[in-house]
Amino acid sequence: MSGTVLNCGYVPLVDCAPLVLAKELGFAAEEGLDLNLVRQPSWSALRDMLALGHLDAAQMLSPMSVAMSIGLGGLAAKIDTLMVLSVNGTVFGVSNAVAEALGPVPFGDANAVLHKIAARDGAPLRIGVPFHYSMHRLLLSYWTSAAPDLQIEEVTVPPPRMADAVADGHVDAFWVGEPWGSVAVGRDVAQLMMTGRDVWQFAPEKVLAARHDWVVENDDTVRRLMRAVFHAAKWLDVKRNKPLAVEILSRSEHLSLPADLIDPAVSGHLLPQIGGHPVEVERFLQFHRYAASFPWRSQAAWIAHQLGAEGEDLETAKACFRTDLYRANLAAVGADMPGASEKVEGSLQFETAVASSRGHMILAPDAFFDGRTFDYAGKER
Amino acid sequence: MSANLRILVVEPDQNRVREIVDALGEAGWRDVKALGNVSALDRTVKDFAPDIVLIDLANPDRDMLEHISYVTETEKRAVALFVDQTDENLTQAALNAGVSAYVVDGLQMNRIKPVLETAIARFKIMRQMQSELDAAKQALEDRKTIDRAKGILMRQRGLTEDEAYTLLRKAAMDQGRKVIEVAQALVTAADLLS
Repeated sequence: MSGTVLNCGYVPLVDCAPLVLAKELGFAAEEGLDLNLVRQPSWSALRDMLALGHLDAAQMLSPMSVAMSIGLGGLAAKIDTLMVLSVNGTVFGVSNAVAEALGPVPFGDANAVLHKIAARDGAPLRIGVPFHYSMHRLLLSYWTSAAPDLQIEEVTVPPPRMADAVADGHVDAFWVGEPWGSVAVGRDVAQLMMTGRDVWQFAPEKVLAARHDWVVENDDTVRRLMRAVFHAAKWLDVKRNKPLAVEILSRSEHLSLPADLIDPAVSGHLLPQIGGHPVEVERFLQFHRYAASFPWRSQAAWIAHQLGAEGEDLETAKACFRTDLYRANLAAVGADMPGASEKVEGSLQFETAVASSRGHMILAPDAFFDGRTFDYAGKER
Repeated sequence: MSANLRILVVEPDQNRVREIVDALGEAGWRDVKALGNVSALDRTVKDFAPDIVLIDLANPDRDMLEHISYVTETEKRAVALFVDQTDENLTQAALNAGVSAYVVDGLQMNRIKPVLETAIARFKIMRQMQSELDAAKQALEDRKTIDRAKGILMRQRGLTEDEAYTLLRKAAMDQGRKVIEVAQALVTAADLLS
């Protein structure tokens, strides 16, 4: 295949689907790109490879690009978020022992789960997360800050080893992306208590990121990459395509996961515990609908605020979510654009019509579990 | 004085660990600890308080190590070496060899550099040996598959060994594929039909 070779890093989780499908369904080739997907062993390795120029672009945890741009955590570099690759898709679960101690809690009730966990006696709860600069960790911190007496200990565990970590007693609970929560349930070592969207209903999970300098120098390649990924995300969110998507992903050398592990995330049908009832989680993992791929600057601001940034750093964070590029590069392929690039995060309780380039578009609820809202100026109410 | 640096090597493979520890020892660093079981990483970093941690770039436990480096007290905070990009060549050499290093913030570069150079040299050799081993294994596997494919053709079409190979090669050339791919397809098909 000829075309511009583009090295794009990723970590093999279900939510790398837009990148895999951009390649496998030929959307990248249509744009004249030879998309070379380079599997990374850890988020730190991916970050280093991107920052040092061994990768042109990468799938990243949404807080990573923000942290790097404001100089937090390991390697600082000016990183642009071109678009959001996926919204939601994470789960919170506890070991069987903790689940038994908590007693029955309604699945997905973030307040009830927190209340039960805070009332639990004993040593601090050790909670596994995949990476410090992850939406998992930010949601965990935001959620547990509502119970100031709750003692937790954050433990970093590579997602494929999360089930082992629970089985070994290394962690008591975890916040992880699919399929690794379902894997822990499948091995009958843990129960799922809720999903990430029970804490924040529309949380940007993974983003497509690239070095700012590279983006400036390669504007045409950037446009083609964004278009290819946009088409893949759009295809993925069509309901009738989902079974085929699961099949393609399971056969892809890029993911190496069987179909039965990919299906729960893509279909939104989760099994919280062995022998329990499956639950259907609406918008469990969203790629395209409700402007899912639009990199809202207010999302960047929320992330930066959670990371303790203020003032100039907050502005830097907002600027690295490139809504300008999204508008410029994707209008021609039919992306409907919201009228604004920032919103008051947490203010939507229901699906809501807002002004857009084609009249109006529907945004999904983005409420936080505690009912608070966050406006881009960094004020929580 | 470089010999009093404390070095922690995180590596599950015992042979590899011995290689690195020996190489460091030969170069004069004796205060070297090896850690294979990462569940003890947290405690080991606290108790041993290494000045430098060496870990394979491809080791998934790097994320865990990074986290430990954030939460350790600031005067002993380990930072990824790549933060100090003053020596671009060294950074690239480390990346290419697959070494990542975490060093205590503020440690003089001239003290770290020789450790890293020793580690890079050793990682490079190990990486090369591994890829040669992998290539040899693969070549052996391919050879077996091609032999089986030749055998099938010899039996089914009454060909000599040379003729069978020529036929495989021709089919591969016509289809723009590799001989091994055609051989694999033939072996798979024969297995299904038998």
